[in-house]
Amino acid sequence: MNQPEHPLVIVEHLTKHFPITRGIVIQRRVGAVQAVDDVSFTIARGETLGLVGESGCGKTTVGRTMLGLYPATSGTVLIDGHNVHTAKGRELMAVRRKAQIIFQDPFASLNPRWTVGAIVSEPIRVHKLYGSARERAERVQELLELVGLNRRLINRFPHEFSGGQRQRIGIARALASEPLFIVCDEPISALDVSIQAQVVNLLEDLQDRLGLTYLFIAHDLSMVRHICTRVAVMYLGVIVELADRNELYENPLHPYTRSLLSAVPVPDPKAARQRQRIVLEGDVPSPINPPGGCRFHTRCPIAVARCAGERPAWRELGSHHFVACHRA
Amino acid sequence: MSVTDEAIAIAPRFAADELEAPPLTLRQLTWRRFRRHKMAMFGTMMLVLLIFYSFAGALFFTEDYANLTDTSLRLQPPSREHPFGTDTVGRDILARTIYGGQISLLIGLTAMLVEVIVGVLIGAIAGYYGGWLDALLMRFTEAVFVIPSIFLLIVMAKTFGTEIPDLSLLGRTFSGSVIVVVLIIGLTSWMYLARIVRAQFISLKEREFILAARATGTPAWQIIWGHILPNTMAPIIVSATLSIAAAILSESYISFLGMGVQPPTATWGNMLQTASSDFTKIQNAPWFWVFPGLLIVLTVLSINFVGDGLRDALDPRSRAA
Amino acid sequence: MDRTILLRVQDLRTRFHTPEGTIYAVNGISYKLGEGETLAVVGESGCGKSVSMMSILGLIPIPPGEIASGSALYQGRDLLQMTDAELEQVRGKEIAMIFQDPMTALNPVLTIGRQITEVLERHMGMNHQQAHLRAVELLEMVGIPSAAARLRDYPHQFSGGMRQRVMIAMALSCLPSILIADEPTTALDVTIQAQIVELVIRLREQVGLAMIWITHDLGVVAGLADRVNVMYAGFIVEEAPVDDLYDNPRHPYTLALLAALPRVDRRRDRRLKSIPGAPPNLLVEPHGCPFAPRCEFVIERCRAETPPLTPVAPGHQIACWVDIDTGAAR
Repeated sequence: MNQPEHPLVIVEHLTKHFPITRGIVIQRRVGAVQAVDDVSFTIARGETLGLVGESGCGKTTVGRTMLGLYPATSGTVLIDGHNVHTAKGRELMAVRRKAQIIFQDPFASLNPRWTVGAIVSEPIRVHKLYGSARERAERVQELLELVGLNRRLINRFPHEFSGGQRQRIGIARALASEPLFIVCDEPISALDVSIQAQVVNLLEDLQDRLGLTYLFIAHDLSMVRHICTRVAVMYLGVIVELADRNELYENPLHPYTRSLLSAVPVPDPKAARQRQRIVLEGDVPSPINPPGGCRFHTRCPIAVARCAGERPAWRELGSHHFVACHRA
Repeated sequence: MSVTDEAIAIAPRFAADELEAPPLTLRQLTWRRFRRHKMAMFGTMMLVLLIFYSFAGALFFTEDYANLTDTSLRLQPPSREHPFGTDTVGRDILARTIYGGQISLLIGLTAMLVEVIVGVLIGAIAGYYGGWLDALLMRFTEAVFVIPSIFLLIVMAKTFGTEIPDLSLLGRTFSGSVIVVVLIIGLTSWMYLARIVRAQFISLKEREFILAARATGTPAWQIIWGHILPNTMAPIIVSATLSIAAAILSESYISFLGMGVQPPTATWGNMLQTASSDFTKIQNAPWFWVFPGLLIVLTVLSINFVGDGLRDALDPRSRAA
Repeated sequence: MDRTILLRVQDLRTRFHTPEGTIYAVNGISYKLGEGETLAVVGESGCGKSVSMMSILGLIPIPPGEIASGSALYQGRDLLQMTDAELEQVRGKEIAMIFQDPMTALNPVLTIGRQITEVLERHMGMNHQQAHLRAVELLEMVGIPSAAARLRDYPHQFSGGMRQRVMIAMALSCLPSILIADEPTTALDVTIQAQIVELVIRLREQVGLAMIWITHDLGVVAGLADRVNVMYAGFIVEEAPVDDLYDNPRHPYTLALLAALPRVDRRRDRRLKSIPGAPPNLLVEPHGCPFAPRCEFVIERCRAETPPLTPVAPGHQIACWVDIDTGAAR
């Protein structure tokens, strides 16, 4: 995969800290949750970049901060040339049109008091994409069909649908503004296995038909390998490795990536018995007080003295394969 | 969620792809639950009767009749011509309770509206925007909260009590003091609702469907009005219902103290005031205060029952349908 | 393999009576668990895997639940016929259960130490001194560092993975012969899940425990189970030794489920195969094969008659009228 000259999405040194305050009348800042720390990557048009990691690694925060849903503590995010955090007025509306998001929880991501039609037509109304109410309704029905739902369900409420169907409604809503880029924040984690396959196939079809670009945030490494073109691995707020899909899975360089991959269960009993598991000790440290130097050094099986003191540099080792590790 | 709850929740009711009749809407479910609450149904019936009494009763007596003084008939106990007796200036108490009821109920309703508008506005803005605006609004709310409401009522009544002229509305003329009373009660009782609405907004603001609306580019006021408010209706409805009762009681207090609605316009509250001005009257002419008092009690109780019923019916956690 | 059979379940049927109708959650399942064996029960949400286990241990509230028929023989006694008092003697002591969310099983206002020692004192008749020592041993056994100090901590002071270890310690404290685990690692991160699975495998060998592991994750099953029951809509549709199930799945649902899984250890070679349609409506009394509406091998008989479990290979049974290799009736 070539690195393009004009990627659709450019994230540079993105940092997001959530302040922890104390005090009743005047709030003093006593610390911060360092959710995302100096994260950089690009996404090319038509590509699907996977962002994986375990809970607390900051991947969801990256997705939301990238779209400006949280203000960034520092760093820049450019989507189709627009700076997300400094855009105002018309330009901000343009960003909101071009970049959309699908959430993990199909129950919480739809307003329970709105009909499906109202939910899916909101982006159309807000961006004034079609003039008359009738045109809007027609467009909503088209979108419902596009995601595989019966168009006559336009007046039903979310609670009348199953989880997989609600997720489709969420996808229809994301498509309504005719976006270029969609952040998929764990879109299938809450669904049953057979429904996951349906939704993933749908996302792929839509990408082919509409030329979409995805950031696919997930913790299911098997699914990420299946759907993504490149994959970035996060740990405690930093990206530790980034490579083309097969390269990452077949030749992982970072010790965390290696242990993560070895922990993923494989539906094959013989392979499972022969596996060399690299089991990490202990729990993930808190992002309020992350370890100094390389954040992974406290659990790393090959850490040395340097790892505790010095933060590893982001280096390219091999074609388009980046790692942040002193020992790689 | 227990396994049983999960088993019941997961069982799909129908595949929405088949266009059968949809299951009960939230509104139908709420009504069903309300119907089961016996006290609430009793309260509703009482309320309907009381409203009927006050408004249809006006067909039997004109307002002039209610205000007609005839000192030769003063202080008569209940009789056939005057089923509730007469007052100190010979006015028919039954007729006065009818017209007084209209005003009392109207005050209850309009004061509730003032309270809901102010309370929701402040609560919504404080809850949604947070930060210094929230801190400012909440300190203000707390300050008003802390001042004893009766004291506030009295002070405001004294200051603004006599400023407004009489008005005519719906074929009736009444003292401008009604408006003053409504405003005073409304502006001194919004704080509780503001707190509740703010809490709801703070919790709903972080829900994913709100984030989705922000990601869509929906402007803030549309999010507040279209997304968050409809999901806050339950506590607002319950609070509004109960505040009608509270407003009627507040009106009785200030009228009783002589600072509410001025005669000749009758309200149940100021009828109590006339009754209490002389201790011997309380003892010797109980019909003065028994009837208006009874009506106040019945109204307030019924509204409270209805409010309780609504609170249970609207509680999303109650699974009984 | 000749093992002593510890648990034998026959024709278990469980229903729930709700205002909207009767939910047919479990529709006649039968299986056995041998000593030292690990049986995995696999299926998607609503298939009845959790409800069937809760039914056996009397953890289903009756009403709205109802155990319409069946027996569950443990050491010659039918668990489904026992009184609450008798079941309390069995639960925890002889058949232990751990759940997906340890927070629901742990009392948040008591220290872990207190909760473990209480169980030991009650079920094992230990005095406080003995119970305390044993509690430390148990926590060490499940790999909790500084075990003695940790006994004084409350549940919320442990991470998710640690809490699950505590649950396992408590479950094993009374030396049960069977451990039932209901999705214990579903809510945990992949690396923590691997730790727990590793722990369970080690303990299983140490203690010779028989286990029933309920999950939807076919990956975890492959690494843990000796035998697998695949459930759908309250029925067991396939039952096989673990190697056989993955090498040679014979029921269309199992086939479809495996085809819908992406692999972390292989390059992508084709799209995932999704199962058309939606999970069945459990409010309707089952008639015919529950998978018929979504099955690509369906024949007329499937809609009319419910197939029973019949052997297709040694130790391997399926509930299906069709041979998936030929498409013809079996």
